[in-house]
Amino acid sequence: MSGMPGKKAKRIEERGLKGIRDTGLDEARLRAFLAHAWHTPKGLYGWLATVDHKLIGKRYVVTAFLFLILAGLSALAMRFQLAAPEAGRISPDFYNQLFTMHGTTMMFLFAVPVMEAFTVYLVPLMIGTRNVAFPRLNAFSYWIYVSGGTMIWIAFAFNTGADAGWFSYVPLAGPDYGIGKRPDFWAQMVTYTEVSALAVAVEIIATVFKLRAPGMTLDRIPLYVWSVLVTAFVILFAMPAVMVSSTMLILDRLVGTKFFDPAAGGDALLWQHLFWFFGHPEVYIIFIPATGFVSAILPTFVRRPVFGYLGIVLSLIAIGFLSFGLWVHHMFATGLPQLGESFFTASSMMIAIPSGIQIFCWIATIWGGRPIFATPLVFVLGFIFTFVIGGMTGVMVASVPLDLQVHDTYFVVAHFHYVLVGGAVFPLLGAVYYWFPKVTGRMLSERLGHWNFWFVFLGFNLTFFPMHILGLQGMPRRIYTYPLESGWGSANLFISLSSLVLFAGFALLFLNMLLSLRNGRPAGDNPWGASTLEWATTSPPPSYNFPHLPVVTHREPLWARPDTLPVIEGLRVDAREVLGGTVADAVPQLRLPSADNSIWPLLSAIAVGGTFFASIYTPWAVVWGAIPISIGFICWFWPKGEPEDEE
Amino acid sequence: MKQRPVVDVSHLPTYDFGAASPMWWGTLAFIALEATGFALAIGTYFYLAVLARHWPIAAPAPDLAPGTAVLMILLASIVPNHLVDRWARQQDLHKVRAGMVLMTIVGILPLIVRIWEFPALRISWDQNAYGSIVWFLLALHTSHLLTDIGDTIVLAVLMFTQKGKAGRRLSDVSDNAFYWDFVVASWVVLYLVIYWAPRM
Ligand code: HEM
Ligand SMILES: [Cu+2]
Repeated sequence: MSGMPGKKAKRIEERGLKGIRDTGLDEARLRAFLAHAWHTPKGLYGWLATVDHKLIGKRYVVTAFLFLILAGLSALAMRFQLAAPEAGRISPDFYNQLFTMHGTTMMFLFAVPVMEAFTVYLVPLMIGTRNVAFPRLNAFSYWIYVSGGTMIWIAFAFNTGADAGWFSYVPLAGPDYGIGKRPDFWAQMVTYTEVSALAVAVEIIATVFKLRAPGMTLDRIPLYVWSVLVTAFVILFAMPAVMVSSTMLILDRLVGTKFFDPAAGGDALLWQHLFWFFGHPEVYIIFIPATGFVSAILPTFVRRPVFGYLGIVLSLIAIGFLSFGLWVHHMFATGLPQLGESFFTASSMMIAIPSGIQIFCWIATIWGGRPIFATPLVFVLGFIFTFVIGGMTGVMVASVPLDLQVHDTYFVVAHFHYVLVGGAVFPLLGAVYYWFPKVTGRMLSERLGHWNFWFVFLGFNLTFFPMHILGLQGMPRRIYTYPLESGWGSANLFISLSSLVLFAGFALLFLNMLLSLRNGRPAGDNPWGASTLEWATTSPPPSYNFPHLPVVTHREPLWARPDTLPVIEGLRVDAREVLGGTVADAVPQLRLPSADNSIWPLLSAIAVGGTFFASIYTPWAVVWGAIPISIGFICWFWPKGEPEDEE
Repeated sequence: MKQRPVVDVSHLPTYDFGAASPMWWGTLAFIALEATGFALAIGTYFYLAVLARHWPIAAPAPDLAPGTAVLMILLASIVPNHLVDRWARQQDLHKVRAGMVLMTIVGILPLIVRIWEFPALRISWDQNAYGSIVWFLLALHTSHLLTDIGDTIVLAVLMFTQKGKAGRRLSDVSDNAFYWDFVVASWVVLYLVIYWAPRM
């Protein structure tokens, strides 16, 4: 580390240090300066212009949960229709929109964004810095996300909801069969949310690489941060595929290109290849951060560090790599060459190994500890149980003969809900309970929390387990009704009723959040006695996160020194400044100015949004839209003239 | 929690060049994701080529002249680009100003030639899948050029204002040069695919 007090005085003279520093300031003055430098103005303007990662992260979470509710309601509507055979409650056309909106919203507008929302909120706190590396990009990505999501739901309200499945296969979504503008809204919404996911990924990579607290070497990075770093890389290499393919789709529809048209040398399977090159990693983009939640929650409640830190890090990286090898298993039923099939079967099964290692490390952690069964831990245990079942059916569908048998039946629906809900939503709910005190300063009710868990856990298993059986009996997926003679009626009624229990479980979560926001027990800085840096500051954290940036000397910084926190000094407090360090060892290198609030990310997002929207109707929108977009970006980028600039 | 200062960072600089700056990593990440997009588009090209009985489908191979001209200009631009990068790192504002003006011109030239490049493909985008993918590749690179030129122009203008005097802006110039190398490199690959793959 490079603090050399002896030479300091001389340096200050040489450079004529600018600005007021935190060195030797008393606590109250320090906080007053920082609060002024980092504050977000009150009122609407401040709300629209803020670049505080915590405000943006909270917004992201709330928005993602609103989309969860919309997607959940569409699932309930489907279950309402399917509760009885030959029920005419919902038209086939509307049913198509329902399952497409459900799947699309769950995957693109809830699951990925909610994971990113937590990342945006937590990472700077966990690595001991004041904001993400590109705060305005962060604001921009949120506005892009919310406008893209709103756009497709407004289209749905006008009976222009996407209806070709969440993967929009051509030719169903192509120019010949895709109805009206429905697939266009789908394609633009997808490109949109991917812009936002990619921006966050870039953001997180630069932040974790460069802004870690001094001393946070690679082997001291919290496992959650490792998991979102790996996820960011998966996003970087997976999301462009869906952007390329959805752009080709809209071009086929709008200006008559022939990418997917076999009559003109195109190919429908090309769509599937490109889509699943993204779509399979997508599942891991959702799942890897969820494992990060588990690795953060477990040690706190069993009161010992995670067993096998290195093993977990290597597994995360391995899962990141392997997640790309496997997309073809979504296409077994399309008749690929034999050798290819065997290869992909093998590699599909291979990903079970690093996943298994992680599970083994977690179980070993519980084994060696003294678990406290608070709600976050209970959700994690629910996760382990559910995920193991989902993983087993996954290994089953990874084998070609069985996949051909159950392909497009409810067995698959059961399997992927076990993986997605069990693998991601359970840890996510645990994470909500775990970090709610940090974010709001209040505890969630433990009693309601346990009720919440049991409703979700039982509701979930009762809803989805019977689907395995229906699938083996041959009930196809994506059907709006089924004949009376099939004998599937009573099982479906049971499933539909169970989904109400599940829904009630989520209602309990929201109820708990609303009640606790006002009446919850005050949390204090570190209510769970956890070990990572976000718990070193107050709950909720101040705008500047830490009065002095922490120094890390241990993998579990707050367990190593429970009473005093080693910190740095010498940063400016009259302007926004963060500390940059070396990538591997986090040795301090730079005092970096950090961007101030700005309205331009919002205005740029509006320009981009308007352009995308108009381009559904005319390709010229891209040309005209370039003008406001350029203006937005230039104003965003144009420096305001920091005093330090003239140094 | 009590705090104990153990490291003093007051002497650290507020900007640096290359891998020391977060912006460089951000640029690298953008390059990685754009390169992935290019790679997938190129993959699509060959996927369609393998499926087709004749490649190019119902069209002659593209006319070499304009694409090669763009290649020459872009290759030649590497020299001033690296000079600008060096001057930026030497913090020589006068040379950087001249260099940025030069890079603006060097960046606009290929865009002008490109007006002839699209017709030189000798097929329309909606004729068949071959036409679609070559237009797609060319359009990808064009939007790439356009955005980087926009960036260069804004930075060039900035250099002539008071704000250009800030050292941190010179670090931006250096990152811009880094990105330009990627624009050139990606064209070398795309040029081979668009113009020479049909001649194989
Ligand atoms: C929480 C309660 C949930 C219920 C009751 C539910 C129910 C359903 C139902 C009934 C279907 C339609 C099956 C068919 O007709 O083929 C479906 C499809 C689907 N669900 Fe869920 N789901 C839930 C949560 C989730 C979550 C959390 C995710 C993802 C994170 C998700 C992702 C999907 C996807 C991707 C599809 C496929 C849509 C398509 O075929 O286009 N679901 N779900
Ligand atoms: Cu998959």
